[in-house]
Amino acid sequence: MNFLETLWLIPVFPLFGAALMLLLGRYEFLDPQEECATLENRHHHDRGHDQDLRSPGGLRWAIGPLCSGFVLLSFLWSLGAVFSGRTEQILFTWVAGLPFPTFDGRPAVLAADWGYLLDPLSAVMILMVTGIGFLIHVYSIAYMEHDGGLYRYFGCLNLFVFFMLILVMANNYLLLFIGWEGVGLASYLLIGFYFKRKPASDAAMKAFLMNRLGDAGYLMALFFLLGIFGTLRFTSIEASAHPLLPWATLLLLLAATGKSAQIPLFTWLPDAMEGPTPVSALIHAATMVTAGVYLIVRAAPLFSLTPEVASLTATIGALTAIIAASIAIVQHDIKKVLAYSTISQLGLMFIALGVGAYWAALFHVVTHAFFKAQLFLCAGSVIHALDGEQDIRFMGGLRRQMPHTFRTMFIATLALAGWPGLAGFFSKDAILASAWVASPALFGAGLITALLTAFYMGRLLFLTFFGPYRGHVEIEESPKRMTIPLWFLSVGSIGAGWFASPFASWLGATPVAHSWGVMPASAAVAVGGLALAYHFYLNRPGLADRVESAAAPVAKLLRARWYFDDLYEWAIVRGVARGGGSTLASLDQTIIDGGVNGLGWLTRRTGAISRWADTWIVDGTVNFTALTVKLASFPVRFLQTGFAQSYALVIVMSLAALAGWYMLRSA
Amino acid sequence: MPWLSSLLALPLLGVVVLLFIPGSARGLIRWWANGVLLAGLALALPLWQHFDRAVIGYQFVERVPWIPSLGAQYLLGLDGISLLLVLLTALLGPLASLASWNAIEDRTKEFYAMLLLLQAGMIGLFLALDLLLFFVFFEVVLVPMYFLIGIWGAERRLYAAIKFFLYTLAGSVILLLGIIGLYWLGTQQLAHPTFELPELLKLKLPLDAQRWLFWAFFAGFAIKVPMVPFHTWLPDAHTEAPTAGSVLLAGVLLKMGTYGLIRFSLPLFPEAAREAAPLLAILSIVAILYGALISLVQTDWKRLVAYSSVSHMGFCTLGIAALNANGLAGSVLQQINHGISTSLLFLLVGFAYERRHSRQIADYGGLAVVMPRFAFVFAVAVFSSAGLPLLNGFIGEFVILQGAFTANRTWAAFAVLGIVLGAAYLLWLYQRTMLGDLRHEANRGLADLSPREWATVLPLIALALAIGLYPQPYFAVLERPVLELVGRLAR
Repeated sequence: MNFLETLWLIPVFPLFGAALMLLLGRYEFLDPQEECATLENRHHHDRGHDQDLRSPGGLRWAIGPLCSGFVLLSFLWSLGAVFSGRTEQILFTWVAGLPFPTFDGRPAVLAADWGYLLDPLSAVMILMVTGIGFLIHVYSIAYMEHDGGLYRYFGCLNLFVFFMLILVMANNYLLLFIGWEGVGLASYLLIGFYFKRKPASDAAMKAFLMNRLGDAGYLMALFFLLGIFGTLRFTSIEASAHPLLPWATLLLLLAATGKSAQIPLFTWLPDAMEGPTPVSALIHAATMVTAGVYLIVRAAPLFSLTPEVASLTATIGALTAIIAASIAIVQHDIKKVLAYSTISQLGLMFIALGVGAYWAALFHVVTHAFFKAQLFLCAGSVIHALDGEQDIRFMGGLRRQMPHTFRTMFIATLALAGWPGLAGFFSKDAILASAWVASPALFGAGLITALLTAFYMGRLLFLTFFGPYRGHVEIEESPKRMTIPLWFLSVGSIGAGWFASPFASWLGATPVAHSWGVMPASAAVAVGGLALAYHFYLNRPGLADRVESAAAPVAKLLRARWYFDDLYEWAIVRGVARGGGSTLASLDQTIIDGGVNGLGWLTRRTGAISRWADTWIVDGTVNFTALTVKLASFPVRFLQTGFAQSYALVIVMSLAALAGWYMLRSA
Repeated sequence: MPWLSSLLALPLLGVVVLLFIPGSARGLIRWWANGVLLAGLALALPLWQHFDRAVIGYQFVERVPWIPSLGAQYLLGLDGISLLLVLLTALLGPLASLASWNAIEDRTKEFYAMLLLLQAGMIGLFLALDLLLFFVFFEVVLVPMYFLIGIWGAERRLYAAIKFFLYTLAGSVILLLGIIGLYWLGTQQLAHPTFELPELLKLKLPLDAQRWLFWAFFAGFAIKVPMVPFHTWLPDAHTEAPTAGSVLLAGVLLKMGTYGLIRFSLPLFPEAAREAAPLLAILSIVAILYGALISLVQTDWKRLVAYSSVSHMGFCTLGIAALNANGLAGSVLQQINHGISTSLLFLLVGFAYERRHSRQIADYGGLAVVMPRFAFVFAVAVFSSAGLPLLNGFIGEFVILQGAFTANRTWAAFAVLGIVLGAAYLLWLYQRTMLGDLRHEANRGLADLSPREWATVLPLIALALAIGLYPQPYFAVLERPVLELVGRLAR
C-alpha cells in the first residue's frame, strides 16, 4: 500500500461518514427520535440522562462507532503517510479564473489547485486532528447516547474532521480557506446543536459572524498575496520583502485572531460552550481554535519578513493571555473556566509566534490539545454525572465517587498548570524561554499568565473534587466508554512534553538555548499558583470572598469580562446593525422612495391640472365651438325635416326665388 | 434547424396552443405549460455541449432582415456570456412554473400564458444582437411581469406593479433615446443604417458622444439592475409578486441590467466607461453595504430576501466597474449564482407562505422541528447566498473582489465587509425562522417538503454545489468574450 499516493483518501473517510449521516440519518432504522423529543426538558443543562428513548431505531447504535471508525481510518492512513515521507499531491485545478497583473505588472492567473501538502508541519496537525478526533468520537458514543438527532451530531463531527483536514493539508492559501470556513460551518452547526435553545443558536451565530470578520481579513490577505507573488501555492511563494507585505500579514493576523479567539475577536469562544461538551473539547479547545496558530506558522516566512506585524502578534497574544486568564478566575461555570483558559493558552502561543518561536507555538498546540481535550472531557464526565450541572459552586468532593474522572482531571490540571515534568511545563517553558530572549515584557506577561493559570486551575480542581459536596444529585462515575479515552489522553498529557527536541528537529527548528533562570521561575510559578489556590479554596474557605469584597472594582471588571461583550453589543449590534440598518431603512422609505412617490404624486397632480385644463380649456373650447355651431344651426334645424318632399319644395322654392331674383335684376 | 429561433419560438408556440385549451381544464393547462418550459430546457441544454469555447465572437448566428428601410434585423447569436444567462433562464422558467402548481388558483390559463410570454421575452433578450430587437425584448418582458405582479400578487400588488412598470419604463425611454442617438451616429459613420451590434462596435465615437450615450444606456440598465439609488421598485415588486414572479424577477430580470452593461455599455463606449467606472464602483459598494444593512432590519421574510438582492447585485456591478478580466468574469458568474441562490430563497419563502399565509418573520420560528428537510434546504440556500466556500456564491464573490482589488484596493476593502453583513442578516433570518422552539401553534402541523417541491429545489442545490466544487467550466466559457471585452476597454 502506498500511503503517499493515496494521501487524498485521508479526508475522504470522514467526508463519507458525514455524507452518509446527512443523507440517511433521518431514516427510521437510524434515528427515528428527532431532537424535539428529547430536548423538551433541556433548559439550562448541557445534558441529562434520565430520558429514555421511546423507540430506538434498529441501527441507531451503529452511528457512533461507524463515524468513529471513519476517523480511525483517517488516523491510521495518516500514520502510514507521515512515516512514508513527504509529498505534494495535486488532484485537479479547482479555481481557474482569468489573468491579472501583479503589483509589479507581471502577468499572473487567478488559479488554485485542489492539492494536498504533506510536510512535517501538516503531518503534526493531521495526526493531532485525527488522533484526538478519534478519541473524542469514541467518548461521544456514550456521552450522547441519550440525545436525539444523533445522526446530526456525528455527521457534523465527521464534517468537522473533514474540513479540518482540508485546512491543514491544503497546499495553497485558497484551499486552506475552504477548510477555514468549513470548520466555521461545522462549529456553527455543533454550537447550535441544541437549536431549540436560544442561547445555543445565539452563540452559534455569534461564533460564525465574528469569524466572518476575520475571514474578510483573510480574503483581503489573499488578494495582497496574489498581488505580490502572483500565486497562492505554499511551495511556489518565494518570500521576499515587499512594501505591501505587511498588509498581507496584518490581515492574516486578523483572520487568526478570529479563529483562535484572540483580542479583538475572542468573545465568541466562551459563548461557544453552549455546544455539547465533546464538541467543546474537539473544536473549541484542541483543534479548530489552533487553526490561527497553524496559519501563522504556515505563513512564517512572510511573518519573519514583517517584524512590525510579528511584534503586534506577540502583543496581542500577551494581552489576551493575561486578560483571559484573569477572567477565568471568577467564572463559576466549569466549561467557561476552561474556555477562558483556552483563550489564554492560545495567547501564549501567539506570544511564541510573535517572537519567531514557531516550533514552540506548535509544540504548545500539541501538548495543549492533549490536556485541554482531556480537561473538557473530564468536565463532560462531571456534568454527565451531575445531571447537567455546570456550576462549580454546586460541586465539591467528587473525587470519591468519580475516581477515574478525578485522577485524569488531576493529571490534566497539573499538566496545564505547568507542574514540572508534565506536558504543559515543557511547552510553556519553551515559549517562556523564547520570550525571554526577545523581550522581558513578553516574558513577564507569560509568567503572570502561568501564575494565573495555575491559580484558576487549582481553584477549579479544589472546588470540584475536594471539600464537601454542595449539590443535590446522586453521583455515579461515568461509564468506562467515557473514562477510557480520558486515560488515553492522560498518556499525552504526561509524556508529550519530553519530546521537545525531537519535535523541534522534526520541524527543522532549533530551540533557543535555555537560560537557567527560566525553568525554575516557571516551575515556581506553577507550584506557587496551585498552592495559593489551595490556601484560598481549601485551607481558608472564606478568604476568597473577603479578598473579592476588598477588591470590588477589580472583581467587577473581571466579572464583566473587561466589558468587551458590552462594547461590541453597544457598538456593533445596536449601533451599526440595528441603528444603522433602521436609519437606512427609513431613509430608503422616506427620502429615496419618498422622492419616487413624490414624483408619482407630482405626476398625478399634473394630471389633475391637465384634466382640469382639458375639461375647461381644451374641451371647453371644443364644446364652445360645438355650442356656437349648435346655436348658429338652431334656425336651420327647422329646415332639416328629413322629408324629401319638403326638401324638394325648398329646392323648387329656392330655384324659383333665385330665378325670380335673376329675372328682376336683368330686367 | 435554427436552434436559437426554436428556443424563442417554443414558448410562443406554447402560448398559442394554450389559448385553445379551455380555461376550466386547469390540470391540462398546468401540464402543458410545464411541459413546454421543460422542453425548452431540454432544447437549451445541448447548447452547452455544442458551444465552441475556442471561438471568438458569436455562435449559432441567425440573420433575417426585419425592417430593411431602417436597417433593423432579426439577428440572434450566442457568446459565452449570453450562453450562461440563456441556460439560467431556461432552467428557472420551468422551476418557477413548477413552484406555481398549487399556488395559482384563479385565472390559471392567463397566468401560464404570461409565464410563457415572459420566458420568450427573456430568452430573446439574451439572444438579440440587434439593438432594436434587443430593445423590443427589453420592453416585451415588462408586460407579462406587470400582469404577473398586478393580478396574482399580494395585497399591495397594484401599487407594486405600477411602480415596477413606470420605473423601468422611465429608464427604457432614456435607453431608447440612447439607442436612437447611437443609430444616428452610426448611420452617419457607416453610411448605411444599422442596429447590428457587431457593426456598431466598429464605430469610432468621439468621447463627448460616448459620454452622452453611456449615461443614456446607463439609465435604462441601472434601473433594471437595480443600482442604488434607483432600487426602490425592487422591494415592492419582489415582495408583492407571486413566487414565480419573484423567482424570475430576481433570477433573470435583474440580470437584464447587468447584461446590458456588459454587452452594450462597456464595449460600445469604452472610454466613457473608463471614466464612469469609479462612480459605478462607489454606487456598487453603497448598494452592497446599504442593501445588507437594510436587510438586517426587515421584519418581512420576503422583503428581506428582496433587499438582499440589492446587496448581491452590488457585487455584480462592482465586478463590472473593475473593468478587468476577473471582475467581469466574476460578475457574470455571480449573476448566475445570484439567480440560483436567490431563487432558492424565494422558492422557500413561497413554500412557507403557501402553508402559513404569512410573510412575517415573527410568525415563524422553530420550523426545523416540524420541517427538518425544509430547514436543511433553507440552510443550503442561506449558505449559498452568504458565499460559503464549496457553494457557488463564494467563487463569484471571490473572483469579483479580486478583480475589484486589482482595480482599486480601497474598493475591495469596503466591499469585503458585505460578506460579513451578508452572513449576518441571513443567519439571523435563519435563526428567527428555523431555530428555537415552535412559538405558534399554527406552525405545529406544517408539512415538510413535498416531492414536487423537492423537484423544484434539487436542481438548484445541485448546481450550487457543482459551481462551488468545480467552477472551471464556467470560466472556460467566459474566457474568450471577457478577454475580448477587456481588450476593447484597454484600447
